[in-house]
Amino acid sequence: MKMKYMLMMNSPREGAGSIIHWPKEDIHAHIKFMVGFAKKLSGTGELLVAEGLAFPDQAKRVRAGADGKPITDGVFPESKEFLAGYWIVEVDSPERAYDIAAEASAAPGRGGVPLNMAIEVRQVMSGPPPDMM
Amino acid sequence: MTESSHRRIEHLLREHAPRVLGAVLRKFRDFGASEDAVQEALLAAAQQWPRDGVPEDPRAWLIQVASRRITDHVRAEAARRHREELVVSLVPPELQLVLPREGDELAGRDDALVLLFMCCHPALSTATAIALTLRAVGGLTTAEIAKAFLVPETTMAQRISRAKQSIKSSGVPFQKPTPEETGQRLGAVLHVLYLIFSEGYTASSGPELHRTDLSGEAIRLTRMLHTLLPEDGEVAGLLALMLLTDARRAARTGPEGELIPLDVQDRSLWDAGMIEEGVALISATLSKGSLGMYQVQAAIAAVHDEAPRAEDTDWPQILALYGVLMGLSDNPVVALNHAIATAMVHGPEVGLELLKALDAEGRLEESHRLDAVRAHLLERAGRHAEAVAHYREAAERTTSLPERNYLLTQAARLNDAKS
Repeated sequence: MKMKYMLMMNSPREGAGSIIHWPKEDIHAHIKFMVGFAKKLSGTGELLVAEGLAFPDQAKRVRAGADGKPITDGVFPESKEFLAGYWIVEVDSPERAYDIAAEASAAPGRGGVPLNMAIEVRQVMSGPPPDMM
Repeated sequence: MTESSHRRIEHLLREHAPRVLGAVLRKFRDFGASEDAVQEALLAAAQQWPRDGVPEDPRAWLIQVASRRITDHVRAEAARRHREELVVSLVPPELQLVLPREGDELAGRDDALVLLFMCCHPALSTATAIALTLRAVGGLTTAEIAKAFLVPETTMAQRISRAKQSIKSSGVPFQKPTPEETGQRLGAVLHVLYLIFSEGYTASSGPELHRTDLSGEAIRLTRMLHTLLPEDGEVAGLLALMLLTDARRAARTGPEGELIPLDVQDRSLWDAGMIEEGVALISATLSKGSLGMYQVQAAIAAVHDEAPRAEDTDWPQILALYGVLMGLSDNPVVALNHAIATAMVHGPEVGLELLKALDAEGRLEESHRLDAVRAHLLERAGRHAEAVAHYREAAERTTSLPERNYLLTQAARLNDAKS
């Protein structure tokens, strides 16, 4: 029985967008790791979706006000808590999802040192059978 | 069945799709029903032809099968509602299966054109027009279109079905547009084809830079339009622009999908055949008079493509062409490119002065491009610390991952060199 999990990558401890201050070699190593990681998971047929998100500068926090019109200047999470990107994988066991998350967490950072980013792993709920919809 | 004959059949089906739909539509008038029937006929062909061989007249075969499907659907519907007279009121089936004999080839050509104009109807939103064009004229399946635009198939199916509804309710007749209408609506058609190409050439979001299936399809459709309207300069210009741009595709990205800018691309990877075709097209068109935006952009692309090395680029000519383009269009991105060309001819400080004028205008405020260009010019001017800051600013604002990676690397490269 295949299960779907969403792996949510939060920003490294230095904060969202800190990659812009890394040396060139380290940026390259990080990109190479991420591209290779996605390729490998596609190869095993486990990867459903992988997306990186734009930096938090672009983010808007929208909440409808009393008049129903949107307000967009809400309180943001701290930059170190920002969602940086996510994967949706389809795997045989929760343990496999945790393994994949651990591998992603160890993506190389400044000086090639593993970032050990926090990756939140949550199961994707399955929908009702198609004939019930 | 070999891979190549499969591909040949697929190609054949896409070639015939618009004319078949046109012919069916001319008979039955109902866009939605005709379109569904043609999709079913294409599917049947894709299953049967590889097994039984391609029929002698593929188009007649497809029209016949699609017509039969419509008749069947109408019959089933009528039977269910106990309204047999509905069938009788329609054109008799045996008549429906007879193909028009005289001027058939001409009618087929016109049908494809009418269909393209119908799909790019100004009443439709651009996204919808794109989807409908790919499906009705391009013969792509809903699943293929959905995949190319990274949306769920159900979303794309709804978009297409709503488009068909709008066409139905708008009462646009299926007939050859008058020369006046052609003039008015050709702009919308070219714009849609251009957007399909752009989406394929530089995916606006997502991890991959190319959706070659889409740019290839846009070229194929524009080529078809050029065959139908060989005298139109802008159609020829758009086709040339696509060919001259697509010719550089192989050199545009590195092994990790990273962007490689024009001036450092390996020009031996450029497609010489496409460049030759594009240059010939645009040269023949430019001599005919009345210039349009696509022709000028194609001319600029041709100047780039004809330089054997980046340093051989004829920048004064490109600058002159951007001057012409600014006269034709009030697009701030054109003004930005004009500033780059100016910098290449008169030096980076002059280019940076032009950017200040763009700042004041404020129309590019939301875009990261202004920062990216400013960073490039600052670097050329030797003002490296400022360049790093603007590369980073641009990297923070872009929403394209390959572009972000490129800009980050530029910032880091300069920063590393400094320390």
